[in-house]
Amino acid sequence: MELTMLYYIIPSLIMFCCGVYGFITRKNMIAILISLELMLNAVDINFVVFNRFLFPGQMEGMFFTLFAIAIAAAETALAIAIIINLFRVAKNIDVEDVNEMKF
Amino acid sequence: MELVGSIIMLGIIVLSIIVFSVLTVTTRKILRSATYLLFTLFATAGIYFQLDYEFLGAVQIAVYAGGIVVLFVFSILLTSRPGDNSAKLTSKKHVLGLIAAVGTLVVAGYALFSRCTALCTKLSPMKDYTMDNLGTDLLGSGAGQYLLPFEAISVLLLACIIGGIVVARKR
Repeated sequence: MELTMLYYIIPSLIMFCCGVYGFITRKNMIAILISLELMLNAVDINFVVFNRFLFPGQMEGMFFTLFAIAIAAAETALAIAIIINLFRVAKNIDVEDVNEMKF
Repeated sequence: MELVGSIIMLGIIVLSIIVFSVLTVTTRKILRSATYLLFTLFATAGIYFQLDYEFLGAVQIAVYAGGIVVLFVFSILLTSRPGDNSAKLTSKKHVLGLIAAVGTLVVAGYALFSRCTALCTKLSPMKDYTMDNLGTDLLGSGAGQYLLPFEAISVLLLACIIGGIVVARKR
């Protein structure tokens, strides 16, 4: 048995589909954010795997993943700040109950 | 033929990625969901280590597992009671989510398997990947080097810190 690219792509594909499922079915905003992290992570795996298997002499995919991780961290921090502020105003963070965007 | 150890290791990593990412989106308790996300991120770091990107694996553990999951746990404990179950799914939403997920699986899977020759590429040894080269590429300003994105990220992180404080402070 040889380890080919397939064995790395399949779990990332399944992870992305789980993210899509969670993004649609969840109601809690933090749970939606967690699903979003799953999708971002699956894309990161894809970048690294394609870089490593198809272009082993270059490092573009690795650097892109590095920057994507940093941007994901920034985005999560801001989203959580917004969610906590929303919780302070509306006492609830279900997406179906929070439907007016004003203070 | 590769070492049996690395095959077993990859099997464990792949299995834990699949199981924990399914559990992340299906469990009813949100704190458990964050914990399963942590395990998924660790398994991803395992993939990076296995592909010889040690620096990237370390960044993954430090930033994702160490930073983002802690943020998630804090905000979950601030906004909801940890023992609570989330409400039962309505079947309409459940079906909609399943359709979207399976649709993505089919489309992306078809796109993958129609490029079947590329999928069977084997691992080839990596050329000039040392910590030295990595640092030079990250902080050099020549062709194919990444000083400008690096600086842009640092400004973005500063803006994110200020924005987080401004949005979440008490009024």
